[in-house]
Amino acid sequence: MHKPVAGLIRIILQRLLLGLLTLFAVSIIIFIAVNALPGDFAESILGQGATAEAVNAIREQLGLNESPLSRYFSWLSGVLRGDFGIPMSQALFQSFTGASTGGEVVTVVDQIVPRLKNTLFLAGVSAAISVPLAVTLGILTALYRNTAFDKAMNVSTLSAISSPEFFLAYILILFLAVLNPVFPSLSNIFPGMEFSDRLNKTMLPALTLTLAVTAQMMRMTRAAIINLLASPYIEMARLKGLSPMRVIVTHALPNALAPIITVVALNLAYLVTGVVVVEVVFVYPGIGQLFVDSVKIRDIPVVQACCLIFAAVYILLNLTADILSIISNPRLRHPK
Amino acid sequence: MSDVLLKIRDLKIEGRSDETWNPIINGVSLDLKKGEVLGMIGESGAGKSTVGLAAMGYTRDGVRISNGTIEFDGIDLVRASAAVKRGLLGKRIAYVAQSAAASFNPAHKLMDQHTEGPVQHGVASRKESEADGIELYRRLRLPNPEEIGFRYPHQVSGGQLQRAMTAMAMACRPDLIIFDEPTTALDVTTQIEVLASIRDIVEQFNTSAIYITHDLAVVAQMADKIKVLLKGDEVEEADTRTMLSAPKEEYTKSLWAVRSFERPTKPAINVSATPVVSIQNVTAAYGTVDVLHDVSFDIHAGRTVAVVGESGSGKSTTARCITGLLPPRIGHIEFDGTPLPLSYKQRNKDQLRQAQMIYQMADTALNPRKSIGETIGRPVEFYMGLKGREKRKRVEELLAEIELEPTEYFNRLPSELSGGQKQRIGIARALAAEPKFIICDEVTSALDQLVAEGILRLLAKLQDELGLSYMFITHDLATVRSIADEVIVMKEGEVVEQGPKKEMFTPPHHPYTDLLLSSVPEMDPDWLDNLLRERGVDNLGDAAVDKM
Repeated sequence: MHKPVAGLIRIILQRLLLGLLTLFAVSIIIFIAVNALPGDFAESILGQGATAEAVNAIREQLGLNESPLSRYFSWLSGVLRGDFGIPMSQALFQSFTGASTGGEVVTVVDQIVPRLKNTLFLAGVSAAISVPLAVTLGILTALYRNTAFDKAMNVSTLSAISSPEFFLAYILILFLAVLNPVFPSLSNIFPGMEFSDRLNKTMLPALTLTLAVTAQMMRMTRAAIINLLASPYIEMARLKGLSPMRVIVTHALPNALAPIITVVALNLAYLVTGVVVVEVVFVYPGIGQLFVDSVKIRDIPVVQACCLIFAAVYILLNLTADILSIISNPRLRHPK
Repeated sequence: MSDVLLKIRDLKIEGRSDETWNPIINGVSLDLKKGEVLGMIGESGAGKSTVGLAAMGYTRDGVRISNGTIEFDGIDLVRASAAVKRGLLGKRIAYVAQSAAASFNPAHKLMDQHTEGPVQHGVASRKESEADGIELYRRLRLPNPEEIGFRYPHQVSGGQLQRAMTAMAMACRPDLIIFDEPTTALDVTTQIEVLASIRDIVEQFNTSAIYITHDLAVVAQMADKIKVLLKGDEVEEADTRTMLSAPKEEYTKSLWAVRSFERPTKPAINVSATPVVSIQNVTAAYGTVDVLHDVSFDIHAGRTVAVVGESGSGKSTTARCITGLLPPRIGHIEFDGTPLPLSYKQRNKDQLRQAQMIYQMADTALNPRKSIGETIGRPVEFYMGLKGREKRKRVEELLAEIELEPTEYFNRLPSELSGGQKQRIGIARALAAEPKFIICDEVTSALDQLVAEGILRLLAKLQDELGLSYMFITHDLATVRSIADEVIVMKEGEVVEQGPKKEMFTPPHHPYTDLLLSSVPEMDPDWLDNLLRERGVDNLGDAAVDKM
């Protein structure tokens, strides 16, 4: 069985390379898009009454006057060395006071890493709730298809996905924080917190995200299973006198994994990159908030780093989904 | 024991289409005793499978039992609860499906699927059932019985899968097995092994069986008695020998008579004439693997050359080489004495026009959204440059040629035609190019015998009228007997033997031709016994290993 493993490794390497190429293309798009934003850091920090000289001085200091091409390449070469630069806000602080603030230089990485960890924690908790929930509901709705249960589940998950996230968030706050104070409505997470405490404070945003992503995964699970129910091997399983649950779980589900995995991966990516609104509502210190704040003040190095992270998450999760789909196919795992 | 195991009375079944329930089965009754095998035959659409499944108390989605009783060992399967039926299915009544390749779950190993029934029904432990599975595999003469169960379905050949499925059906030692066309998808040589295995094991365990098939010769080997169905109606039932020697009903007689169509032998080929198509030392490959090895043969004007062989022997690949879809790696192809460019991309319109194809699955070879007039009109316009009224006139001529009423069929869609009519449209489309040479790729194998015979007669008539040459690809030797002038036998990408039909059907044969010819089931109920005795059972076992 060496051949399939070697083949799989080749596919993984190919996809990784392709992923890197995509990331490179994305970096160009990010750079162009960020630079196309009206105004820049100098203007936004100095406000409307700023003199042209002052604006120009700051631009000079930050290198904003250089040509876009040279700025792009200096950024890219930094990124390749793992150096995402220094946030403009931090740089400014030092240069104007003319002295160190007493601490070390705060880099973009220093600013992003704790925020990213928080976001990943939130995404992890949401995924731990939503993926098993969605797959289980998908199986149950496939089993009891076209019954009242099936319809009720479809209607409620679809309503959840159709409502704006902030609305869901406020509803949850109303019921689970105000009327029945089960969870706190503010998620002030800080380093060194007890795990249980952290989990407790993450619960409401996690539930909001769960409501937002469950429908798609559930419906895909249901559709992928139902799609297989007409196949001869499912008829065979029924004719062997197996229970309907067993027919679906051991005979249909293993063959329906590929499309389910793909949708799960897409939704997991959303949990990392689409959390802006939820983080803002619950004041959750994640990367989404940082991103929005940085866009507001045109702190380009941070914005670019965040975008690149979002893109990398998408690419990595899709790569993982591809590989898992391949592994789920016995024909590819065990060639003739 | 002469007790009746299965008793069906006045069974009526309906299917849902276009928002209404339409009858599929109009009152079928049968009795099956312990250890008895009932053969159920009929053409497609006769309702054989529907009755077979109903005998298990099972109906497919959109199908319902509207009347009648089905009693299995005193249990009323029409009124029994789903739980009661689940207790019987797999345990006391088992099913063997037509395509084992599609009916084994691709995600699990054979043994996991084999032991599932016994374990779930509480008949045996996983370990016991596994040991029993290996024993059944051995009895069914599967190669490497200890090991084969631990493979996935796609790692096992079709004939072996069919036997593994029979083993799976036997896993709980059921009282009744429904065999639904279990050998239809197999080559003749493989079919013999499976037939012999099924018959042995049914006899050994005194199992009752319903054996569904459209092949009379097969049912003659397997069944104690035969029931004939036609469009959901029972035609007649009698014990096998009576049914074969003295069928009562006209319809049954017509089924029996099909194999009598045979064209007169044509005079020998004039060797000095230039053949229409000449294939010379063709070697072709898919990727880096050679699948055709040094194939050479000629097809002369007005002749039918039948190319026979099992699946994977290179018949269709040869056709792909001639049409230029798969350019040969070595060798070349001449048309009327002029070499053809190897790839179809380099051939001009006239060269493309001269060689046409008719396909096996008329269903998928016709565009479902194009009317018959458009489908046939397209090559008329493309090759012959006819437009407007002239084009329509030509299409109508072609429809008349294939014996379909032009005005009635011109605007129909393929979905409004029967299988045989669709195949006729395929023929008309090929004729529209006014070719000299047509490749017929298994054109009758998806059709019922009576319909197939109509197609063969039509092809023969067209050949006489238009002087066409055919390359007729088939695995069915009865078809070869009825229409071929010359025969080419292929095996594993090589031509094993070729010559005039008469020579090919008279001994001495090449050993492989002999194996093919002797494997075609005959209507004689003792045929399989005699054949097995002749070949010796050991021989059969070797053949099974050879196929690995």
